[in-house]
Amino acid sequence: MGRGSYGFRKEWSWYTLVGVAAISMTALAALAIVGLTLSLLGHFTLEGLPHVTWEFLTQPPRNNNTEGGIFPAIYGTVLLVVLMSLMGVPIGTATALYLSEYAREDSALTRWVRFGVNTLAGVPAIVFGLFGLGFFVQFLGKGIDRIFGLELVWGKPAIIWAAATMAVLTLPVVIVSVEEALRSVPRHLREAAFALGATRWQTIWHVVLPRALTGILTGSILAVSRGAGEVAPILFLGVAYSLPELPKGLTSQFMELGYHLYVLSTQSPDVEATRPLQYATTLVLLLTTFALNLSAVLLRLRLRRG
Amino acid sequence: MAPASPLQVKIRTIELNVYYGYKHALQDVTVDIYANRVTAFIGPSGCGKSTFLRALNRMNELIPSARTTGRVEIDGINIYDPEVDVVQVRRRIGMVFQQWVPFPKSIYENIAFGLRLNGKPSKAELDAVVEHSLRRAALWDEVKDRLQHSALELSGGQQQRLCIARALAVNPEVLLMDEPCSALDPISTAKIEELIEELKHDYTIVIVTHNIQQAARISDYTGFFYLGRLVEYNRTRELFTNPQKRETEQYITGRFG
Amino acid sequence: MIFLFIAREALGIFTAADTAVGSQPAATSELSPELYGTESESAAPEVYNPDVDFPEPEAPAGPAERPAAEPGQGTPPLLSNLLSTTWQPVSSQPKYGILPLLVGTLKIALFAILLAAPIGILAAIYAAFFAPRWFREFLKPLIELLAGFPSVVIGFFCLMVLASVVQESLGTTFRLNALVGSLGVAIAIIPIVFTIAEDSLSRLPRVLWEAGLALGAQPWQVVFRILVPAATPGLFAAVLLGFGRAFGETMIVLMASGNAPLLSWSPVEPVRTLSATIGSEMGEVVWGSLHYSVLFLLGLLLFVGTFLLNVIAEFWVRRRLLRRFQGTTAAL
Repeated sequence: MGRGSYGFRKEWSWYTLVGVAAISMTALAALAIVGLTLSLLGHFTLEGLPHVTWEFLTQPPRNNNTEGGIFPAIYGTVLLVVLMSLMGVPIGTATALYLSEYAREDSALTRWVRFGVNTLAGVPAIVFGLFGLGFFVQFLGKGIDRIFGLELVWGKPAIIWAAATMAVLTLPVVIVSVEEALRSVPRHLREAAFALGATRWQTIWHVVLPRALTGILTGSILAVSRGAGEVAPILFLGVAYSLPELPKGLTSQFMELGYHLYVLSTQSPDVEATRPLQYATTLVLLLTTFALNLSAVLLRLRLRRG
Repeated sequence: MAPASPLQVKIRTIELNVYYGYKHALQDVTVDIYANRVTAFIGPSGCGKSTFLRALNRMNELIPSARTTGRVEIDGINIYDPEVDVVQVRRRIGMVFQQWVPFPKSIYENIAFGLRLNGKPSKAELDAVVEHSLRRAALWDEVKDRLQHSALELSGGQQQRLCIARALAVNPEVLLMDEPCSALDPISTAKIEELIEELKHDYTIVIVTHNIQQAARISDYTGFFYLGRLVEYNRTRELFTNPQKRETEQYITGRFG
Repeated sequence: MIFLFIAREALGIFTAADTAVGSQPAATSELSPELYGTESESAAPEVYNPDVDFPEPEAPAGPAERPAAEPGQGTPPLLSNLLSTTWQPVSSQPKYGILPLLVGTLKIALFAILLAAPIGILAAIYAAFFAPRWFREFLKPLIELLAGFPSVVIGFFCLMVLASVVQESLGTTFRLNALVGSLGVAIAIIPIVFTIAEDSLSRLPRVLWEAGLALGAQPWQVVFRILVPAATPGLFAAVLLGFGRAFGETMIVLMASGNAPLLSWSPVEPVRTLSATIGSEMGEVVWGSLHYSVLFLLGLLLFVGTFLLNVIAEFWVRRRLLRRFQGTTAAL
C-alpha cells in the first residue's frame, strides 16, 4: 500500500536536541535548588559551629554581645513555646476532633470552620502580630486590668500574649496534623466500640484518641518548630533585646532566639565583633528547627506504617 | 464474506515471553497476525492478553520490572532489535486504550498533536488530516462545527472515537485496541464495532476484549489466552463452532470467566 | 472557633482603622512606650535619610497638615495623605503616603515570584518526570529542609552573604536593595511553588502519559506538550500561593532590602514594604495615635490582599480543574 516502508532506524532530528535542552533545563533548576540549600547549610555550619560552646549556651551575653552566650534567649524561646503549646494544642486538637468526629461533612458550619482554618493558614505572620496587639493586649489585657483594677499589668505586651498569638498562628498546623491522624484510625475500630454500646465521647476518649496521639505529637512538634522560628509576630508583643533578668511571670518581657539574631545583625554597633555570636545563634536556631522537623517527619512515618 | 485481499502476515511473534519481575506473564507466544484483518484476543482477566497487545508496540517497557524475550516482527523486521527506534515503532502501530483519554485541548488540537511532533505542517495540511481522520472515525459530522471546542465536552463514545481518529492521524499501519468498548454503552459500542469493520480494509486491527460475543461478531481471527499461554488461535468461525482445546470450549460457553 | 478568631482579628483592625479615618484622637501619653521599657531598639535602617535621599519633592503642604483636626471632618485630608507618595510618619508634618509601601511590597513580591516560579516549576517537572528515583527521594526531603529555614535565618544570609555578592557582581550603590530582598524572598517561596507544582504534576492520570507515548511522541514531548498544559490549574495555584506568601513576608525584607520607603521600580534601590513598615514602626508608635491606626490599616491591607489571593487560587483551581478533567475523571 505504499505506506512508509522506511524501516525503523533512529532519526536524529532537530527535535531531539530541543528535547535534550528542555530536559536539561529542568534538571538545572533542580540542581540549583539543591546547590542553594546545601550552600546555606554549609555556610551556617562552617561559620557557626566553632562558636557554639557550652558557655555560649548557658551564659547571658556580655559586653554588648561580643562575648558570652545567649542563654536568656534560649530560655525565653523555650518558655514562649511551652506557653504557646499549652494554649494551642488543646484547642487545635478539640477543633480537629470536632471536624473529624462530630461534624457532618456537608453542613454549613463545617464548611465555615474549614474555610476559617484555610484562611488562617494563609495569613502573613506579621498580621498575626497586629491581631495579637489589637485583641490580646488591647482588648483582653486591658479588660483584665480593668476587672481587677490593675494599673497596666496585663494590658501591655508580654510573653503570655506573644504565646497566645503564636498559638493562633500555629493552630492550622496542629489541626491538620491531628485530623490526619484521626482519619487514619480505621472505621471498624469505632464501629466496634459503638456496637459495644459506648457513647461517642467514650469512643473518642478511649479508642480513637490514643491512636491519634502520634498525630497530636506531630502537630505539636511542627507548631513548636514554627513558633521558635517566626519572629515577625512577636516583634511588638513583648520581646526585647537585652533584659537584666529572666522573665519572672506571665506578664514579663522576654528574649528570643530569632529576634536576637535579627537585632544582632541589623543593629549592632560593631557588626564584626558580634559576628561569631550571630552565626552561633543562627546555628542553634537552625539545629533546633531541623531537629524538631525531623522528629515530626519520623513520627508521621510511623503513623503511616502503624 | 470473502476476504478483500489475499492473506499476508503483518505481525509475527516468535516465542515471545514477558516477565514482570518474577512473574511470567506471557509464555512462548508464537502467532501470525494477518494484514487487513481484525484479530481478536479473548480470555479471562489476568490471562496476559493485554500484556500481549502491549508487547506489540513495546509499551510494556514503561513498566520498570518488565522484561521481554523473543521476537516481534512487523513486515519482517524485529521491533525489539536494539537498532530500532521505539518512537518509530509507535508511529507505525497505533493504540487505543480502554479508558478514552483525550488530551485536555480542543478537538482539533488533539488530532493535530501527532502531526506536530516531528515537523511543522502547514495549516492546510493539518486541516486536511484532521478532517480525514475524523471522517474515518465516523465523527466528522458530529463535531465539524466545534473543532475548536474542548475535547472533554464530548460524550464518552465520541471521545473514544476521537482517540481512534487521533491514532489514525499519524497514519499507522496497525491499530491496537485494548478493550475499547468495555466502558461504553451499547449504542456507542455498536458504532465503534461498525467503525472497526470499515477500518479493516485499510488497517490491520488487533483487538483485546473480554466480551466474547463482540469477538465473535467483528473479528476474522480469534486467539484465546489462558494463564499466559496462547491456547488456541484460528479463524473466528472455526474457533467458536469447533474449538480444539477443552479450555477454549469451557471459556466460550461461559464455564469460567 | 476559628471563625471567631478571624472575626475578632477583623474587629481589631477595623476599630483601629475606624479611629484613623473617622476622627482625630489625641495622643494618649500614658501609654507611651517608655512605660514598659523600650529595651528594643529602633530599627534604624541603613540608608534612610528623608531629607537627603528622597527623590520626590515633599508632598504638598496643604492637605497633609496634621495638627489636631476637628473630628468628623478628618476624612478628605487623611485620604489624600494616604494616597500621597511620601511615607514619613515621624516628622513635624507626618506623612502617611502608602504608595511607596504598596509599590515596595509589589516590587519585592513580583521580583521574587519571577525568580522562584520558573525555578520551582522546572524543578518540579524534573522531579515528577525525568529524575531518577534516587534523586527524587533526595530532592523532596531537601526541599522540605529548605522550607524549614526560618525567615530570619534567610534574611540573615541575605544580609551577610548575598548582599555582598550582588554588590560585587553588579556594582550597585546600595548594598541592601530590592534585588537582594527579592532574592531572599524567592528562596523562601521556592519550596511552596515546588511542592504544589510537583503535587499537581504527579496527580495526572497515568493513561495520559501512555496515550501520548503510544502516538509515537518522545517522552519530553509528552511531558511538555501534554502533561504540563494539563496541570495548568495546579501550576497556576502554585504561583499564586507563592506570590501570596511573598506578599506578606516580613523578616527577610526587614533585614535585607534597605528599609527606605522610596517610590521607584528600580531593583537596585532600597525598598520598604507594608509588612516591614508594620514590623519596624509598631514597636515605638504611640498607642492610639493616628500613626498607630494607619499601621493597623496597613495590616488590614495585607490581610485582605493575601486573603483574596488565596480565595482566587482556590476557586480558580477548582473551576478549571473540573472543566479540564470532566471527561477522564468522570468516567473513572
